[in-house]
Amino acid sequence: MSEMKNSNSLTNLTLAAARDGLQNKDFSAVELCNQYIDAIENAGELNCFITKTPEYALAMAKKSDHKIQNGTAGSMEGLPIGMKDLFCTKGVLTTAGSHILDGFKPTYESTVSQNLWDSGAVMLGKMNMDEFAMGSANITSYYGNVINPWQRNDGSNAKLVPGGSSGGSAAAVASNIVIAATGTDTGGSIRQPAAFTGIVGLKPTYGRCSRWGTIAFASSLDQAGPMTRDVRDAAIMLGAMAGFDNKDSTSVNLPVPNYEAALTGDIKGMRIGIPKEYNLDGMPSEITELWQQGAKWLKDAGAEIVDISLPHTKYALPAYYIVAPAEASSNLARYDGIRYGLRVCDDGDSLDDLYEKTRAEGFGAEVQRRILIGTYVLSAGYYDAYYLQAQKVRTKIADDFKQAWQSCDILLTPVTPTAAFGIDEKQDDPLAMYLHDIFTVPSSMAGLPAMSIPAALDNKGLPLGLQLIAKPFDEVNLLRVGHMLENMAGFNAKPQFLASNGLTSKAEGA
Amino acid sequence: MSLDKTSVAKIAKLSRIRINDDKQDEMASDLNNIMGFVEQLSQVNVEGVEPMTSVIEMMQRQRDDIISDGGYADDILENGPATDMGFFTVPKVVE
Repeated sequence: MSEMKNSNSLTNLTLAAARDGLQNKDFSAVELCNQYIDAIENAGELNCFITKTPEYALAMAKKSDHKIQNGTAGSMEGLPIGMKDLFCTKGVLTTAGSHILDGFKPTYESTVSQNLWDSGAVMLGKMNMDEFAMGSANITSYYGNVINPWQRNDGSNAKLVPGGSSGGSAAAVASNIVIAATGTDTGGSIRQPAAFTGIVGLKPTYGRCSRWGTIAFASSLDQAGPMTRDVRDAAIMLGAMAGFDNKDSTSVNLPVPNYEAALTGDIKGMRIGIPKEYNLDGMPSEITELWQQGAKWLKDAGAEIVDISLPHTKYALPAYYIVAPAEASSNLARYDGIRYGLRVCDDGDSLDDLYEKTRAEGFGAEVQRRILIGTYVLSAGYYDAYYLQAQKVRTKIADDFKQAWQSCDILLTPVTPTAAFGIDEKQDDPLAMYLHDIFTVPSSMAGLPAMSIPAALDNKGLPLGLQLIAKPFDEVNLLRVGHMLENMAGFNAKPQFLASNGLTSKAEGA
Repeated sequence: MSLDKTSVAKIAKLSRIRINDDKQDEMASDLNNIMGFVEQLSQVNVEGVEPMTSVIEMMQRQRDDIISDGGYADDILENGPATDMGFFTVPKVVE
């Protein structure tokens, strides 16, 4: 490891490198933590955090230093991460990016965050996000927009979105103000922001990480996962997050493999499927070219490329926009102004007035739209035509993937049809926003593990990602192929805003 | 079918979200836009297809029918916007 001269140089280390540095006692967990706290203070303009917890972090880092000293360090010991504000954290404000959870300090800890603390991770704070994880641009948060640390190279200085809903997590990891962060993915909320910010985002198989204590959006789709600087970091962090949990009835009781050991660098003979339906009319040629390049990289590494078909791909997004709002309308019924958070009630109001006023003021426009859609498709007379039909289509989508696994082991696709867009672009039409998730939603509907890997810059200098999709609970091969794809792509560009040097671009070796 | 202002008002009532009169047209237009998009699902032949109930093929776990959790009313009440003597309080419901 090189000497640490710059005031923020530790923040350039990957999670794996910082772990090794801590173990070798090149620096202490408190030193590492302090550099991140400084970095966060200088990155206020990105608005990545809803709540910062520096005192908390330093207390945890001190404990980590003791554990490292006495040889009882966990797999994430002393590593300072960001926690998406969808995970309940005991005694620390948890908002889901919504006004309706004003002042909510959970009296319990989510299983995923507890697993991370048990492995030694240090919490820098709670990350900004789209309200209730509904959005693809991080422009629906009650706590304001998150700014992408990347800028276009055309000199326009346009502020770009980081993607969503895990936008605060993505922007913070990309700008080196946290070493890694948790995300959650319902239809692409880990993978799409990872692609927009040039980082790695992994959505595990549904059931791999416990949903207990994670604020619910669409329960049959929600899944937590790591957002990291590289694939090795994702492997380490997933190992800490995952595992069976008796408190989540859909948690799957399977052993958690050593994911880091999966990164063997050998993908010879693996069959990589290219689904033809992911070729969209009017898709920018650089997206298509990068996709072809990705296939070539994997072929050069010894994999076999197989053309496959997922015939119901185009129906995944419309089915998602029935299933997800239906589940959301049910899950979000709990925000009633009685048990936690905001209450709006005037003198003489009835209980119904209280409910209606609280929910009108507490929920933002996108959340209200989705609750209404969900209520409508579940309502008497429409349930069969919409909800039941969507669940049947979902079965067909899952069957497509099962069919594909007859002839391939992993799928390769783009993550998004475009690079990050401007905060002022495309806000008016909710539907245009939904289309950003067109490549991420199908695997969500089938509960499959999938990962976004930064692969290239577009012609405006913005990162583009490639997506890998694997069989259920085959995160091992997902990571193995992802690691190879990362090596072949050799993506090492950095955003214009970086913790160690503020708003100047800096090339960094791997 | 197309949603009008009246149906928006009805759905809003079912959802317990107050949407004022002057916002109902805009909401109707947004909802119709989305419903128009999802309409294409009716093209899919789903004859004989079972609706999905779980993405992961698994048996629902069973557990012993015993009390395994609870006994912390104070924790539950802690975040209540209005509580009194171990209860959440609400506006008068019965006249």
